[in-house]
Amino acid sequence: MPGDSTRMSSYARSVMSVFLKDWRSELRTRYAMNALLMFVVTTIAIVLFSLGSEGAPSDALSGMLWTVIFFSAMSGLSRTFVMEEERGTTFTLQLLAPPSAVFFGKLLFNLVLVLGLNAVTILLYLALITGFVIQTLSIFLVAVLLGSLGFAAAATVIAAIIARANTRGTLYPVLSFPVLLPLLLTVINATRLASEGAYFQEAYGEFQILISYIVVVVVVSSMLFEYIWKD
Amino acid sequence: MAWKIFMGVLLTLVIVLGIGLPMSPHPQTWYELPVIPGLEEKARIIFFHVPTAWLSTLAFLTSMAYAIQYLRKRDPLDDIKSSAAAGLGFVFCVLATLTGAVWAKFNWGSYWNWDPRETSIFVLLLIYGAYFSLRSAVEQEEKRAALSSVYSIIAAVTAPFFIFIMPRIMTGLHPGAKGDPNGAGPVVEFKMAPPMRVIFFASLIGFTLLFIWMFRLRVRTAQLEQAHHAKG
Repeated sequence: MPGDSTRMSSYARSVMSVFLKDWRSELRTRYAMNALLMFVVTTIAIVLFSLGSEGAPSDALSGMLWTVIFFSAMSGLSRTFVMEEERGTTFTLQLLAPPSAVFFGKLLFNLVLVLGLNAVTILLYLALITGFVIQTLSIFLVAVLLGSLGFAAAATVIAAIIARANTRGTLYPVLSFPVLLPLLLTVINATRLASEGAYFQEAYGEFQILISYIVVVVVVSSMLFEYIWKD
Repeated sequence: MAWKIFMGVLLTLVIVLGIGLPMSPHPQTWYELPVIPGLEEKARIIFFHVPTAWLSTLAFLTSMAYAIQYLRKRDPLDDIKSSAAAGLGFVFCVLATLTGAVWAKFNWGSYWNWDPRETSIFVLLLIYGAYFSLRSAVEQEEKRAALSSVYSIIAAVTAPFFIFIMPRIMTGLHPGAKGDPNGAGPVVEFKMAPPMRVIFFASLIGFTLLFIWMFRLRVRTAQLEQAHHAKG
């Protein structure tokens, strides 16, 4: 039906405009990017200092990679919603866009941030930590892509809760960790498989868990977002 | 009233019989429990540890159900019920963790092994902790109720990955894990001897009734507290 397609495209347009609004204001201040980048550099430096010249087993290194990513992400991803509260623009946004469009716009923005963050972290990690080698690139790429999507979805909805709770950053990792842990453990496992040179088929179980996690979190968050967003 | 007496009798019987019934390698009479090689007397933990773990999951689901109810109807009583269930769930979660850890020391050699089920109860503890930190961080009552309801639902949809999926597809020490000779899978096949089975299910029922009783008490106390605050 023609009516449906115009409604669909206007919905897609409001998702995009929420995303572009955040993107432009991020480019103006570069707050989240700088915070994420500095956090990555700092944590990788700490890993390097603590490892010294000694290597570590590949499963420990895969775990540490995702520890770096988790805490770096926690430093910057709540920004999208906290910013709205700080500037007092929440109310305007509530009037201008339907709640789920706001959610998907912010999710898109966080997804771009997470993908950028992961790319930088992984490149630095591969370059600086000599013991960490990826043997099966296909497993690693799929795991990182799926992991980023799930990560962004869970981080976005928790960020929305945090911003409304007026607690800013302190509670963010506390609330996110239990929700993200199924994802983190699976991604760490897939990374370990990739660094040990497993066949692509061996990681199917991990991919299934990741995909079902993404579906569950995105669906439930988009349904619940309205209750967080509107008073 | 009658069901409380029934519960008291049931739990007393479970404690007395669960600890007191003799074990023998070849049970002759109905009251003798079989000896399970490798477990012996330590097998008795199943009467107390499994019900506490069951209750921590049940409380978690109850909390989620009332959270959904709250978001639909916005009745403050549902929020009280949701947080009361979460509070009880936390207590039983701690009990399950402690009884399990002490038992693991004697049977598996260390207090903690990061077996998938140990991971899952640890995550459940974290979720309860996060839930109460969130509640204490928001002052305004309606906002607190809405935000903690949403969090409880989100946590409840991701927790099954731990509670039901991971313990079964990963190798572990608990029954039902991958590689268990008695069969891995979502439904652990019951291979319990009849007298053990009777005590086990009696214990599950008794503990569940105990939960309902404690839950109702907590809800009533919270209501009274709120009425007291409202009066000033």
